[in-house]
Amino acid sequence: MDAELIAMQLFSGIALGAILIMVALGLSIIFGMLGVVNFAHGALFMVGAYAGLWVASRTGSFWWGLLVAPIAIGLFGILIERVLIRPLYGRSVDDPLLLTFGLGYVLVEAVRIVFGSDGIPFQTPPELSGVADLGIGFFPVYRLFVVGVVAIVLVLLWLGLEKTKFGLIVRAGAKDPQIMRVLGVDIAKVWLLVFGLGVGLTALGGVLAAPMRNVNPEMGALVLAEAFVVTVIGGMGSLLGAVVAGLLVGVAISMTALVAPEMATIVMFALMAAVLLVRPQGLFGKKSRA
Amino acid sequence: MTQGFSPTSTRRGTLAGIAAGAATLAMPRIARAQSEIIRIGFPTPLTGPFAAEAKDQVKSAELAVKQINDKGGVAGRKVELLVRDDKLNAGEAATRTLELIEKDKVHAIVGALSSAVQLAVNEVTRARGVIYVSISQSDTINEVKDFSRFTFHEALNPHMTTAAVAKHTFKKGSKIAYLVADYAYGHEMLRGFKRAQEALGATSVGEILHPFGAADYSTFMPRLRSMRPDILCICNFGRDQANAIKQAVDFGMNRQARIVVPVLLHNQRLAIGPEAFDGVVGGANYYWGLEDTIPSAKAFNDAFKAAHDGAYPTDYGAYGYTGVYSLLLAMQKAGGTETDKVIAALEELKYDVAKGPQHYRKCDHQSVQSVLVLESKKKGEMKNPADLFKVLATEPASEDILRTCKELGFPA
Repeated sequence: MDAELIAMQLFSGIALGAILIMVALGLSIIFGMLGVVNFAHGALFMVGAYAGLWVASRTGSFWWGLLVAPIAIGLFGILIERVLIRPLYGRSVDDPLLLTFGLGYVLVEAVRIVFGSDGIPFQTPPELSGVADLGIGFFPVYRLFVVGVVAIVLVLLWLGLEKTKFGLIVRAGAKDPQIMRVLGVDIAKVWLLVFGLGVGLTALGGVLAAPMRNVNPEMGALVLAEAFVVTVIGGMGSLLGAVVAGLLVGVAISMTALVAPEMATIVMFALMAAVLLVRPQGLFGKKSRA
Repeated sequence: MTQGFSPTSTRRGTLAGIAAGAATLAMPRIARAQSEIIRIGFPTPLTGPFAAEAKDQVKSAELAVKQINDKGGVAGRKVELLVRDDKLNAGEAATRTLELIEKDKVHAIVGALSSAVQLAVNEVTRARGVIYVSISQSDTINEVKDFSRFTFHEALNPHMTTAAVAKHTFKKGSKIAYLVADYAYGHEMLRGFKRAQEALGATSVGEILHPFGAADYSTFMPRLRSMRPDILCICNFGRDQANAIKQAVDFGMNRQARIVVPVLLHNQRLAIGPEAFDGVVGGANYYWGLEDTIPSAKAFNDAFKAAHDGAYPTDYGAYGYTGVYSLLLAMQKAGGTETDKVIAALEELKYDVAKGPQHYRKCDHQSVQSVLVLESKKKGEMKNPADLFKVLATEPASEDILRTCKELGFPA
């Protein structure tokens, strides 16, 4: 096995991890701030892909789909938080979990009714199709683009959380919402925006994944399982954890595909089990949360 | 009730055991009145990655039932189709099949869409002595160790499919890389292709097994590329086929190798579009374009279009039609649903309902039929949105394209 092949494999893993990061980040942000385990996250990823497809087919441009769909689905997320999830705060953690679980089914069925269950083609935008020579081998231009977009989003997210007043409030609110209320911060409004942000991120992941995969109503189910594995490995609620674990899982899948391809799906669960044995709270998780 | 059963594995043993146990508890069958409706059980994966193909099977099967009923039914009795979702899960399929037999008292089972699932259905029908017309690809279902005299295999089998596809794509000296779904379907197709490749003087440069139902195939591509094949043979089904072909093309694999699949799927080509499938070659049991040369195909297409807003029937859809139709024709000949008489009628039956002449070979109950080799068209070549494929070749219906009865282990 030559070095070039291993390097290519490593790179494929990183590209694979990029989409995982987008989904896991949203899941982790929502859990970290709101304490809600969002089981509709995979369905919202799928809805994002369909929204991107719809906008792209209406405008004739992939770029409008990429821009509009995550914002629109993010706003839809805000609506979900305000109408469905907010009444459940202060109750047991199971309640929002069950609600979002059901919501996921509703969204999948709704998409089946509107778009059919067969799946719809989503062409790679012509300006991003083709392969690029990386020196170590050839790689699809579109996948390089995805890695780039995810990197930019991560930088913006980091700047937003670390350098702005809103970010400060969000970080403080995650630590102690009670104090924030006493200080006169409308924490409900912060949670609303955080939920919308998390949903927007997974919708962006959906639009980005659409040209690589078949767009179909079940596409979110597998992604949700993968995203949960990533957040558990990284530590529930930790953003850095989601990023590191996303890359780790992507690379683990990719390297396994090289040596024992039929194990490529199992390996992430094995990795999760191993991490849980050594660090039950995940790589970057806090010891325990109420 | 359990005749023909041999415990070949623990899973089968357990399944058959459950079925046999239920059999002893059940009341002896009461002779049914002649006027009773004939019920056909139809388990198929309405949910999951093969849902598109399953829905077409149901539509076509319903059409066959409707046409027979419109013509007066079977020996004056109406026919009813009982569709059940097997969720592409062997256990679910076995449970639904047992339920269809026990609770709904069906007279026969037609269906299943995955090679692994149909084997589970086959175990139940064999143990219960119920006729089963299988409409999903399998080689083992015809072999002696799995054989059930109650089972008729209406679908193509991997042997005849891969032989036909290989004949028109593999050349002497071809270097072939295989990407194979890691379950019965992939394994059987790989086995078929490798047998064909040996006879044709082609060689395998590598085989990669991928997990069933994977969404991303990018991690397999660098290694497939490094094998430097002339032909990339992708042996998987349903959405796996769509995703694997799409991503192989994204990685530029189609520039260095021709992409070949055992079965080129109508619905997956629709779901992914002409660009990614351009030039992909694969086999098929049916393509609506046969109507130019085959009158029964024209009649089937016209009836299907009339029933479904002008939509064309698909490959796996056609199985629902030919499978149910052949069974009902045999029941008509047998004058009812008496199992032994229907089996004898099926063994004698010559039918041509959608794709030219077909008949069930007596020794293994495999439907002898033509195999089409198709190539996906470019967008510019399509005359209408359903005009997806060119027919490169048709292997005529002949026992020559099957393994001999002796090879399968049947006494000569």
